[in-house]
Amino acid sequence: MSQDKFPRGKTAIVASATYGMGEAPGLSSMDLAVSASLRALASAGLKPGDVDGLFIGLPDDFLSGLTFAEYLGITPQVTDNNRTGGSAFLTHCMWAALALEAGQCDVALVAYGSNQRSAAGGLVSAMRPSPYEAPYKLPRPVGAYALATSRYMHEYGLKREQLGAVAIAARQWAQLNPDAFLREPLGMHEYLASRLVSDPLSVRDCCLVTDGAAAIVMTRADRAKSLAQRPVYILGNAASTHHRDITSMPDLTTTAAAISGPRAMAQAGVTPKDIDVVEVYDAFTINTLLFLEDLGFCRKGEAGAFVEGGRIAPGGELPVNTNGGGLSCVHPGMYGLFTIVEAVQQLQGTAGARQVKDAKLALAHGNGGELSSQATMVLGTEETL
Amino acid sequence: MLQRSRSSGGYVFYPRVAEPRTGNRDLEWVAASGDGIVHATTVVRRKPPEPAFNVALVQLAEGPRMMSRVEGVAPGEVRIGMAVKARIASADGKPLVVFDAQP
Repeated sequence: MSQDKFPRGKTAIVASATYGMGEAPGLSSMDLAVSASLRALASAGLKPGDVDGLFIGLPDDFLSGLTFAEYLGITPQVTDNNRTGGSAFLTHCMWAALALEAGQCDVALVAYGSNQRSAAGGLVSAMRPSPYEAPYKLPRPVGAYALATSRYMHEYGLKREQLGAVAIAARQWAQLNPDAFLREPLGMHEYLASRLVSDPLSVRDCCLVTDGAAAIVMTRADRAKSLAQRPVYILGNAASTHHRDITSMPDLTTTAAAISGPRAMAQAGVTPKDIDVVEVYDAFTINTLLFLEDLGFCRKGEAGAFVEGGRIAPGGELPVNTNGGGLSCVHPGMYGLFTIVEAVQQLQGTAGARQVKDAKLALAHGNGGELSSQATMVLGTEETL
Repeated sequence: MLQRSRSSGGYVFYPRVAEPRTGNRDLEWVAASGDGIVHATTVVRRKPPEPAFNVALVQLAEGPRMMSRVEGVAPGEVRIGMAVKARIASADGKPLVVFDAQP
């Protein structure tokens, strides 16, 4: 690895927005992404024509950067459709920070939208099926995450109640979030009685299928202060990928977050114990456990015990997925950008009933594919610069 | 059959034009032992009356891992660490590698 020159604190998020959370019938994925983008730009006093760096990935349009530019009549100098699954938006922010710092653009927009619930009623996927795996009819992605969970249980003795603690904590946070899709109480008895989909994962271990859109706007730090009341600075941002299909995952119990996380935190000059609020891509309950370990919040094999007793729930020592996560808030197919939006809201102090008191440092983490592609961001308030 | 690099001796599955990591392009086809160990397993549940079925990742004796299913025991009785043996079955009129649980 060459010398890591990530521009710590040199760029900031000046606006964030969501749109069409839950169900948004009658709108295309692009309509939703544009709506979230306009809402974010307006909140920073910016117009579409100010955007000269565009980062986007839609479920149903491989040329979505081109379509978006056409739709809004803008002419970005940097256009990036990078697709690494749900982690893509955190890598978009990494490239946006580098492009801003290098003067390749001045206003970067990162956008996402999906109408999968209203349009398809199921996960919209442009995945290419492997001819060596398709005949075995593994339901994807849930079956892949179930295989990883089975291995984790074998190696570390995980109990279903510990997966349940993840689902219940997410639901408790969602109950504090008016934008969350599932807000009715979830108890352990109900969790354990929920229908198995792919053992050991049940429906309550799986993310939602919703519509929804999100957008953030980034500028260099010197301009950010005039655009946002409380800019949120990007202190570190790193990614790593080590496979695509679960069969080729080198170790089913350790993700590439063990690479991206320590790199992002080293860039930021922080350690896990400094982080006030954690937003990880919880496509399935096992994700939260694996990422807490791989990002260094607890040791390998100990996340099941770590999440017991409400430690990651409202009022716990470590607030995790404070919007309700992909499990209970929103999951339009690629959730990554929502981890950033929630981190920004927490650091701006605008998270309402779910606000984490005095939050200064947040970690957002995206996951793509089948635990395949990982990207980590460390974000901070002005005091952390 | 599995691919094997002549120079490194490393086995490769799924078939490709070069060995991962080394990039060696000297891959040849060799007979596989058919021996494996269950590395991960799940029972896929479907709406009744459709039966549940097994999907497993099998660690081949030669090194690579592959996706398959284990037969000869109930789907929920497949255990990680179980010894299994490959057999060519057929599905939808095409050959398919499945594994039988070994006593």
